[in-house]
Amino acid sequence: MINPRIIEFIRSRWPEAVPEVETGTTGDAPGEAYVPLRPNDWNEIARQLRDDPALKLDSLQCITGVDLGPEANLEIRYNLHSMEHRHHGEIRIEVPKETPELPSVAAVWDIADWFEREVYDMYGIRFSGHPNLMRILLPDDWEGWPLRKDYEEPETYHGIVVPKVKTGWE
Amino acid sequence: MTVDGLIRWLSGLSGTGEQAWMLLLAALITGIPLFLVLATNAIVAVYVERKVSAFMQDRVGPMGQGAGLHAGKWGLLQTVADALKLLLKEDIIPSAADKKLFIAAPFIIFLAPFLAFSAVPFNQTLEMVDLNIGIFYILAMGSFGVIGLILAGWASDNKWSLYGAMRSAAQIVSYEIPAGLSIISVIMLTGTLSMQGIIEAQTGTRWGFLPNWMVFNNPFSLLAFVVYFISSVAEVNRTPFDIPEAESELVAGFHTEYSGMRWALFFLSEYANMLIVTAVAAIVFLGGWTSPIPGWFSTAGWGLFWFLFKVGFLILVMMWFRWTFPRLRVDQLMNVCWKVLLPLAMLNIFGVGLWALVVG
Amino acid sequence: MGIVHGEEMVLNIGPQHPSTHGVLRLHVRTDGEIISHIEPVIGYLHRCFEKHCENLSYEQVIPFTDRCDYIASMNNNFGYVVAMEELLGIQVPERVEYIRVIMAELNRIASHLVALGTYGLDVGAFTPFLYMFRDRERILDLFELTCGARLLYNYMWVGGLSHDLPVGFVEATYRFLDDFEPNLNEYHELLMYNKIFIERTADVGILPPDVAISYGVTGPNLRGSGVSWDLRKDEPYSIYDRLDFEIPVGTGQMGTVGDCWDRYWVRAQEMAESVKILRQALKDLPAEGDVHEALPRKVRPPKGSIYKRTESPRGDLAYYIISDGKPVPFRLKMRSPAFTALSVLSEIASGWMISDVIAILGSLDIVLGEIDR
Repeated sequence: MINPRIIEFIRSRWPEAVPEVETGTTGDAPGEAYVPLRPNDWNEIARQLRDDPALKLDSLQCITGVDLGPEANLEIRYNLHSMEHRHHGEIRIEVPKETPELPSVAAVWDIADWFEREVYDMYGIRFSGHPNLMRILLPDDWEGWPLRKDYEEPETYHGIVVPKVKTGWE
Repeated sequence: MTVDGLIRWLSGLSGTGEQAWMLLLAALITGIPLFLVLATNAIVAVYVERKVSAFMQDRVGPMGQGAGLHAGKWGLLQTVADALKLLLKEDIIPSAADKKLFIAAPFIIFLAPFLAFSAVPFNQTLEMVDLNIGIFYILAMGSFGVIGLILAGWASDNKWSLYGAMRSAAQIVSYEIPAGLSIISVIMLTGTLSMQGIIEAQTGTRWGFLPNWMVFNNPFSLLAFVVYFISSVAEVNRTPFDIPEAESELVAGFHTEYSGMRWALFFLSEYANMLIVTAVAAIVFLGGWTSPIPGWFSTAGWGLFWFLFKVGFLILVMMWFRWTFPRLRVDQLMNVCWKVLLPLAMLNIFGVGLWALVVG
Repeated sequence: MGIVHGEEMVLNIGPQHPSTHGVLRLHVRTDGEIISHIEPVIGYLHRCFEKHCENLSYEQVIPFTDRCDYIASMNNNFGYVVAMEELLGIQVPERVEYIRVIMAELNRIASHLVALGTYGLDVGAFTPFLYMFRDRERILDLFELTCGARLLYNYMWVGGLSHDLPVGFVEATYRFLDDFEPNLNEYHELLMYNKIFIERTADVGILPPDVAISYGVTGPNLRGSGVSWDLRKDEPYSIYDRLDFEIPVGTGQMGTVGDCWDRYWVRAQEMAESVKILRQALKDLPAEGDVHEALPRKVRPPKGSIYKRTESPRGDLAYYIISDGKPVPFRLKMRSPAFTALSVLSEIASGWMISDVIAILGSLDIVLGEIDR
């Protein structure tokens, strides 16, 4: 984990990008366990993280969307990894639930294309600048964002009643 | 037992001279057994193919076991059961298909080997007609089955079928050429196109002990045999040249939309085609009904046996290919044909010509 | 039938197609045989794994991980329990670690046998497939002996295993390995070094290392491109740091580095390496140890999150587990290696022929259960 180095690197170029956070999300220590980040310059930061010879975080391992709770924000977590230096770090960006939007990094790491589509599919987070932001796992006409904590199962799907009483299933 | 012979016998019987109805009757008398031969061939060959593949793959293949309804000892009745099942299946014609062509295609495909077979001599006397252009006729008939393939692919209105049809058209038409050229190099030596004539030219011995077959005649005709055999595998669309019906790519190629009895006709013709190309190989290169030990076992009954033995052996080799090799890609297939086999076949003609001139 | 136009044809390979390895649709634009654009359409096998996990206790998640990658269920169990144990701070007995590695490596061999066998089918060779399934069958028999299940094991538990090894397992495994090693060479002669196979796969579907890394491709696919990255070696978990084995890396023996043949070759070599690992693990397997000893009475991790990667037969399999102190996961994300591997298809398969696309897709060794989750 090279999160402190990443913070240092980002602060030296974008002084405003890393917010001062005291209590981290879901009980993790900010700075050590992850890098908190504001969404504004994310695209450019990502490019520099990838290209900087000392960091060279050239592989995006995973994008995880998280719904932090009914009153809280949505969070997107990026697990980065460097194939050259064999180190890795984690970046977390919070976006408000009402207007969940942040820049896409699909142009930086190619795999972000599909990962972001998956996060969009499950959380409805819009990635601005994504070449093809549409549902990936769910059907195109699905309504709602299933992994949000306030998601409710639909009553019907294409006229098929969704059974809610699960007795007799096991 | 040729058609001519039958007509003579009929006219002798009625005492009215040769008449049109006699030709029809004679054709029927000889044609129906021929059809039965082809149908039986498919049933036997499918069984053999399943067993051969099973033994090659460490399996036992179809087996009948225990009491009750089963497929006989060693699964001998398996293909009969399959054929019955296919007969009873619902006949499905896709709504988007061109109905007339869709129905016609399997018949055209089956007609080709059937017609070709009428000129194949099974032994010294057993054949339908001994045409003086026999080999030419067989090649011509054999190649018009491709029309049926294209019809089937186009009429199905299915993209996979279309791909299969396009591929098979390109493939069969291309491989006709090296196959034909290899046969020409033999015809240059025999000097006749008649099937019986070609076999007659291969009787006797070579260097005292080998049968005087074309494969042993000279190095070029041996090479011609190899070229012909590879081309014939390609002509009947079998692995490694089965790209028209490549299962993992084109689902089932040109017969994707066919089911039941119509599909069975494709199957029938596939095995009939195998039979015809191996029969040609056996006749032209391996001496047809002549015995491998010159002077021994050369009666008409043995002749039939030797012919079927050679054909069966070559079919087994084809099956062996199928269960061993991966499949070529379509462009590699064309490369093999036009850049390897065709020049070789040309070289053979030249070589055989020189050989005939110089050696004898 | 209309008028003949000279335009591109749109072809849907799948969802029902013999060689999509599951329920996958490839939306393909073709110009004759050449493919100009290809786009995988996934989601046909989506079973809401992550949504389910938020309603299940931590132990109940394990059978669901089985069903993600059903070809290598042991490895999926393994990844999950390793992540959970790190989150809980549990130390498991030595014997458990060894048994886990034995199971994981056996399943890696089984998974690669499926991958290589079905790849043979994709390029039209039927026989190797059945040979390889014969050996896979013996591995499944070993699993059946151990835990009663043949495909979906639920064998590894958080802190232990469901059962100890049965009597005679070690001997049976040795017998299998003794038979399997010579078989491996036979398969290679039958398929890998076949001239037609080389023609079909060498120089086809080349995946350059930088593209592979950018697409997050891992596992044998990445190693086929010449990048030596194996979590068992580079970030050892369990007891992999005590074992001696090599990481085979594609060298472009038959064509270019990163072609289909290299990916096939890497998998073939990995099976031999797994045999090596198995022999060592079986030799060092501690005789004493209770596999239920470290099972926690209640799996309730403290608040926090963990991103743990393990090496599954398909690559970096990671679980992102977020706990809020309750007995059910707050969020559980699975980073599936096949998902990233499939995403690269449109990049490397455009411009090739239909037959090649099937060959390239097969060489990526995807499992749709894991992609769609």
